[in-house]
Amino acid sequence: MIQLENLHKGYQVDGHIVPALQGIDLSIEKGEIFGVIGHSGAGKSTLIRCINLLERPTSGRVVVDGTDLMNLDDRQLQEQRRQIGMIFQHFNLLSSATVAENVAFPLKLAKRPKAEIEQKVTELLTLVGLEAHRNKYPAQLSGGQKQRVGIARALASDPKVLLCDEATSALDPQTTNSILALLRDINRKLGLTIVLITHEMHVIRAVCDRVAVIDGGKIVEMGNVVDVFLKPQHPTTQEFVEQVADSVELKEIVSHEKADKDRTMIRITFLGSQTYQPVLFQTMLETGTPFNILQGTISRMKDTPYGQLIVELEADQEQVNKTIGSLRQRGLEVEVI
Amino acid sequence: MSITFENVDWAEIWQGSLDTLTMLAFSTLFTAIIGLPLGILLFLTSRGQLLQNKALYAVLSFIVNILRSVPFIILMIMLIPLTRLIVGTSLGVQGSIPPLVIGAAPFFARLVETSLREVDRGVIEAAQSMGASKWQIIWKVLLPESRPGLIAGITITTVALVSYTAMSGAIGGGGLGDLAIRYGYQRFQTDVMIVTVVILLVLVQILQTIGDRLVAYFTRR
Repeated sequence: MIQLENLHKGYQVDGHIVPALQGIDLSIEKGEIFGVIGHSGAGKSTLIRCINLLERPTSGRVVVDGTDLMNLDDRQLQEQRRQIGMIFQHFNLLSSATVAENVAFPLKLAKRPKAEIEQKVTELLTLVGLEAHRNKYPAQLSGGQKQRVGIARALASDPKVLLCDEATSALDPQTTNSILALLRDINRKLGLTIVLITHEMHVIRAVCDRVAVIDGGKIVEMGNVVDVFLKPQHPTTQEFVEQVADSVELKEIVSHEKADKDRTMIRITFLGSQTYQPVLFQTMLETGTPFNILQGTISRMKDTPYGQLIVELEADQEQVNKTIGSLRQRGLEVEVI
Repeated sequence: MSITFENVDWAEIWQGSLDTLTMLAFSTLFTAIIGLPLGILLFLTSRGQLLQNKALYAVLSFIVNILRSVPFIILMIMLIPLTRLIVGTSLGVQGSIPPLVIGAAPFFARLVETSLREVDRGVIEAAQSMGASKWQIIWKVLLPESRPGLIAGITITTVALVSYTAMSGAIGGGGLGDLAIRYGYQRFQTDVMIVTVVILLVLVQILQTIGDRLVAYFTRR
């Protein structure tokens, strides 16, 4: 759906050029939710703005749904932008217009007939659950409601792609979850391709299918969320993954326990349906290894449940190897730490 | 000391008030017609905006600054030949309107520029992302979003024009200012002076109140 090829973007600052993007290659499939995570200043904002040419790349290609946007004149670009909805961190609603007028705005820009606009607005406000607030002004709404208006507005022109620029960064955790649930919902209902950028790993974990980690204007790691999340390679990725794990505690436990030789700590990762099966219990029963659970999480990446357990085995090396072998045989991911 | 108002010719005061109101109405109208587009152009051509154009902005800005830095009473005199060219006379209500507009439009244009700058950049960006053309951004985003500021601006400009109309009395512009100068100042008829000042004062109060009400009505923040 979206192809970015060798994208470069530099900003002129005090006479010299500061690079923001340095050779981004990215291909985003139709219907997927693609996340881009990075620290502020990493270039993620520039990257998402390049997809609808709010920022024009210095070089490279931007292809959305088969159209190379860089070759279009102003009018053609305006036409193409209607296929690409966008929502923003600070919502960017028209403060002088009501909720309904805000949602109608892109349709009025496209000069659609009044009756069609009216019907579409009602439909969208129902979708985002704001039908009761249609005549209010943005200043009378909460942050979460404003973002719902933003989403309804972005969907008004039936776009194929929705760009989310830090869409939940100004919201509290509970509201963030409800907005993310809404995004997941419209992705499913409308088959919409969603690209979102964020600096919060839990956002990626909650909704994304694939993720790219951006650092210093380059993509340093990319893949399925499940893989990147469970086996982060790049230091920046590991940092982000630590955001959502209780890794600080874990480090403490590790340093505390290391001294003892007859104890081995392992990290066991469950994925999908394994998460709900008594695999650990069965293995330990079979091998007779005494064990102690030090830490555990069971969570969910979009639709994939997963679990991670830090387990301490109180046994000699041979017994430990046997146990690990048995766990791996059952399809679990095991790592000695 | 008691004031008897014996010198006050109420018919003349009435005529002067009407003249002042006529001058005010037409000069405000033309100031808006010229100042609003000028202000929009100043804003759009400034750095980082939709039609960024260093040269054009510099020229416009220079002209506006010159017109704003010449004291109005001198500007009026300097413009006499131009006024004659435009309306055929430099006297009376008609003759006062061109200098009033030329004096006030640059002032209003700066106020317009300032209120447009207050419009959230993000909202403009959102409109761009929805495929808005530059005209649509001006008409459907910039102007509605800055409406309270624009109304406040035209109110300030109209109040400034009230004092300008009074000044135009000095070179035969007619209106209440003319009466105040001819009777109040040159013939020492303090009562005429007081009456004209009170009327001007009430006029300004009314204008400001209307302006404030409109600003409050259109403010949605």
